[in-house]
Amino acid sequence: MSSPSRLAGIAILALAVALPFVPGVPAYWITVASYIAMAAIVALGIAVLTGVAGVVSFGQAMFVGFGAYTTAILTTRYGWSPAATLPVAMLIAGALAWGIGAITLRLKGHYLPVATIAWNISFFYLAGSLDFFRRFDGISGIPPISLLGFSVSDGVRFYFLALGLLVLAYVLTRNLLDSRVGRAMRSLRGGALAAESFGIDTGRARILAFVYAGVLAAVSGWLYAHFQRAINPTPFGITVSIDYLLMAVAGGVGHLGGAILGAGLVTVVRDKLQDLLPALLGTQGNFETIVFGIVLILILQFAPEGLWPHLRRRFASKPRRAPPGADDAPASRRRTLPGPGETVLAVSGLRKTFGGLVAVNDVSFTVQAGEIVGLIGPNGAGKSTSFNLITGVLPASGGEIALGLQPISGWPARRIARLGVARTFQHVKLVHGMSVIDNVALGRHLLGHASAVRGALRLDRAEEAAIFAEAHRQLARVGLADHADAVASELALGQQRLVEIARALCLDPVLLLLDEPAAGLRHSEKVALADLLRKVRDSGVSILLVEHDMDFVMGLTDRLVVMNFGAQLAQGRPAEIQQNPAVLEAYLGSAA
Amino acid sequence: MSAPLLWADGLCVAYGRVDAVRDVSLSVPEGSIVAILGPNGAGKTSLLGAIMGVLRARGDLRFRGQALAGRAVEQRVADGMSLVPEKRELFVTMSVEDNLRLGGFRRRGSADYGDTLEEMWRLFPRLKERRAQLAGTLSGGERQMLAMARALMSRPRLLMLDEPSLGLAPLIVKDIFRTVAALRQTGVSILLVEQNARAALELADHGYVLENGSVVLQGPASELREDERVIAAYLGIKTVAR
Amino acid sequence: MDLSIGLILIQDGVTNAAIYALLALALVLVFTVTRVIFVPVGEFVSFGALTLAAFEAGKVPGTVSLLLVLGIAGALGRLWTERQSLSGRMLATIAVETIVVPALIAALVTWLAPHKPPQIVQVLLALLVVAPMGVYVYESVFRPIAEASVLVLLIVSVALHIALVGLALVFFGAEGSRTTALSDASFTLGSLFITGQSLAVLGLTLVLILALYVFFDRTLIGKALRATAVNRVGARLVGISPAFSGRIAFALAGIIGALGGILVSPLTTIYYDTGFIIGLKGFVAAIIGGLVSYPLAAGAAILVGVIESFASFWASELKEVIVFMIIVPILLVRSYGTQVLEDEE
Repeated sequence: MSSPSRLAGIAILALAVALPFVPGVPAYWITVASYIAMAAIVALGIAVLTGVAGVVSFGQAMFVGFGAYTTAILTTRYGWSPAATLPVAMLIAGALAWGIGAITLRLKGHYLPVATIAWNISFFYLAGSLDFFRRFDGISGIPPISLLGFSVSDGVRFYFLALGLLVLAYVLTRNLLDSRVGRAMRSLRGGALAAESFGIDTGRARILAFVYAGVLAAVSGWLYAHFQRAINPTPFGITVSIDYLLMAVAGGVGHLGGAILGAGLVTVVRDKLQDLLPALLGTQGNFETIVFGIVLILILQFAPEGLWPHLRRRFASKPRRAPPGADDAPASRRRTLPGPGETVLAVSGLRKTFGGLVAVNDVSFTVQAGEIVGLIGPNGAGKSTSFNLITGVLPASGGEIALGLQPISGWPARRIARLGVARTFQHVKLVHGMSVIDNVALGRHLLGHASAVRGALRLDRAEEAAIFAEAHRQLARVGLADHADAVASELALGQQRLVEIARALCLDPVLLLLDEPAAGLRHSEKVALADLLRKVRDSGVSILLVEHDMDFVMGLTDRLVVMNFGAQLAQGRPAEIQQNPAVLEAYLGSAA
Repeated sequence: MSAPLLWADGLCVAYGRVDAVRDVSLSVPEGSIVAILGPNGAGKTSLLGAIMGVLRARGDLRFRGQALAGRAVEQRVADGMSLVPEKRELFVTMSVEDNLRLGGFRRRGSADYGDTLEEMWRLFPRLKERRAQLAGTLSGGERQMLAMARALMSRPRLLMLDEPSLGLAPLIVKDIFRTVAALRQTGVSILLVEQNARAALELADHGYVLENGSVVLQGPASELREDERVIAAYLGIKTVAR
Repeated sequence: MDLSIGLILIQDGVTNAAIYALLALALVLVFTVTRVIFVPVGEFVSFGALTLAAFEAGKVPGTVSLLLVLGIAGALGRLWTERQSLSGRMLATIAVETIVVPALIAALVTWLAPHKPPQIVQVLLALLVVAPMGVYVYESVFRPIAEASVLVLLIVSVALHIALVGLALVFFGAEGSRTTALSDASFTLGSLFITGQSLAVLGLTLVLILALYVFFDRTLIGKALRATAVNRVGARLVGISPAFSGRIAFALAGIIGALGGILVSPLTTIYYDTGFIIGLKGFVAAIIGGLVSYPLAAGAAILVGVIESFASFWASELKEVIVFMIIVPILLVRSYGTQVLEDEE
């Protein structure tokens, strides 16, 4: 965080702390502020879950309920101390989130939010109809929290407890997102394909985000139960879940500040509307829900990114820390590259059919160590499909693929990446909101080990420094050192392709697969790219590329494989290919 | 000479910050076949998308003298434009006949709606044989024919074909090109995007060669056929000076 | 439990299932054509039922005001979406479709309601009041963001649900209503007591499904809707505008939802928010059908209805839990067929 916005954050925090001591502040305000803090903790979880990992949940109130009911039951029925139930509440909510996530998170797109609706409704009725939860009457007589013999029974004390937990949640969340695991979560927005190609287990990252959001919600529920001293299923129903989502979306989903802003806004506005609207309209009714529904619709129609980005644009400057010293970081481990003449990639009899259509038909070729091989052919020749087969994105229908001596047919992309296969994409797949250097650091994911907990607690700094040192090194190598802190999507397409190459180089690859690396580059950029790729080759890395720019291909590659109609048409050195009549015919067609 | 059917000046298409088509100017005279050539990724498909209104574009674009800015795809269909996209975009779970009938959706009330359908059956007898079959079960060549017939059902003044030969075996490509040549007799003007340069130039009156989103070469098809620079653009042979 | 109880439960279940099936069809229709998961379909059920109940009481239903309000919202939505190509003629069309038509309907209803017209007229009036709301909701809420992702459309859909439930409370109050049966005939078949209402529900549902089948299979406009569902780009390229298909899809959803409410209201007391739960059960069925298959969704609706019916016999309190948890094993099965690596959107 840059200093102006850090200052603003500290100022807001100071105000929040000072609030109860300002003379004349009604006790009611403190209550509202406590509600805001509790809601904001849930909204922070949604910022991670929905804003960062892209998972929409209509069920967060259920996790709040898990926390609330856990502590309510343990304290009233088993006489536990409230302080002792917090970890249990978090554990139970986390475990349930993991279980529910394991079942539902594999679903694509809209099935997932729909499933969360079903879960939440079921929980609501379950709590409302089982004696264990005291049905719709709910559980009362919940004791106030006491910490270290210090009872948090009055409003101001509770407010400080809630505020403290909110600040803690904010800091931990920020640290988490700025760590290796956090980057993996953020990478989900760039598409699962790119993330998996760099060894990120996207399914696990999604579950982790789900569990994290669930645990935060449970903390809020724990607070809520001891604040209200009595609970029933109503505040954990689907409409409340939608409220939480509204907070995150209104504030700006994906921004931690936005989550807090949204929680404050929605809570205060709701409170005001509840007083104001019936007085205005003269009848009773849930008017605020009407207004909320309409406001949410209007926000999504006109400012789908929420309020926070607007505020930040107005007040704050560019974010980012200074880059860690690239030179004094420890030299990173290197893979041993195969010696000259060794076969890096061997493809034999590769075949892929889609239904009745044969996309790749009996293609065989090899890539030797330190060689640049081009895969060319007219549109629809099966080049990209071959690429996807080699990288494990698609399963082959037949044939063998081996990396060195290791057969990899049928392996998933994630596993192939571990062997040192890195790639770029025909349609650039960078994570949009993320900085260039963070994108490049994703390539290093497999070579780090820090867990989410270490990340949240900042115990991962040494490893992070090494990761970023390498990321800066590779970014400098492609000539973009000056753009490290830019937002990736703001670069020109050609530069974005270079960022992808830097990311791929970060994996410390044995084999580099480039899908149309020169597309969209200007002439001078192409020359620079060709130079870079030659240097990469000379360092012992083998390269296989698909490219349509023939100037580029002919000048750069050592060997060419030409495909047409899914089959192999010719192989040879560029000069031979240019003279090959079959190739000429494939490209230009015969006169009709 | 009368105003061209389609006229574009300074057309640009951008994806985010990236220009796919840069400052392209071209015209399609009434009754002619114009070919747009160029290697993959040159921006040919984006250009057609911009003309049809599928993609947002800057620049001046006129059809039959009228500016097209602000007109939606379906309005351009009503104006007399029709696009056969690279991916065909057929209604695969519906019958061949339904696909064709929907092609004439905008003219569903008109008196000669049935005649147009009959005409398509004459022009594409293969499709008539398969009229009850689902479009998704057709072979590649038949799909291309169905896509063309569907586009013609709206009785367009301008037919745009995006890579009609894509992924088809040489014999079928010949068939498709014969059909395109026959279409010229019906009075429809054709804007043809092709990678198969030789076949396209055989057919066209005029050609444009696109590279990196810009027109690098244009002229009568008879001249382009002999121009080695066209081949150079495809195969990256540097022996010919640019 | 003996056979006769089982048969009664099945009859109950199938009757409810007919209504879920209707809603499931509406959800599938709207989703395939516009990619909107139309959560507020349940509110149309409430509106239909409560409107009919008002007519039975000889009152002007609150939905009349709601229709006028939504008409204005629809007008605003259209003005915004079409702001670049507005002409005098277009303004007139918009005014007629969104202001004049609702005003005429309101006038007709206000005039007829106190006269307590025959039941069939009441039913038709209720449809006339509620069905156009579908179109206005599309014009004002969904059309301006037609290109948004499914998820954004879903969140908007849920927000609309909240707003409509709130409005329903304002216009109908917290009181529940139950309408008289469409038919009070009854007879016994063996040991099974069959009510005329059950038969009316099943009969009307079958007629509606048949009508929808004919519409989609025989008419060009129905085929245009299918075409939009199959291939959005292809549909635009032949000149089917997304707004055209969207409007028809939402109009049909409005009619189906309102009809569902009219059919269900003699069976159970309907409150302003009852529709949501009914709609969600249709939703469970639609989800089981993958949100794309009509026959699967209709079949799943029967499953949901019968399971619900048996669940209410054995464990009435956990009825809802059981019904909504049907979705979990279904989703589990689906998730194992899902390609994880596919990029979304």
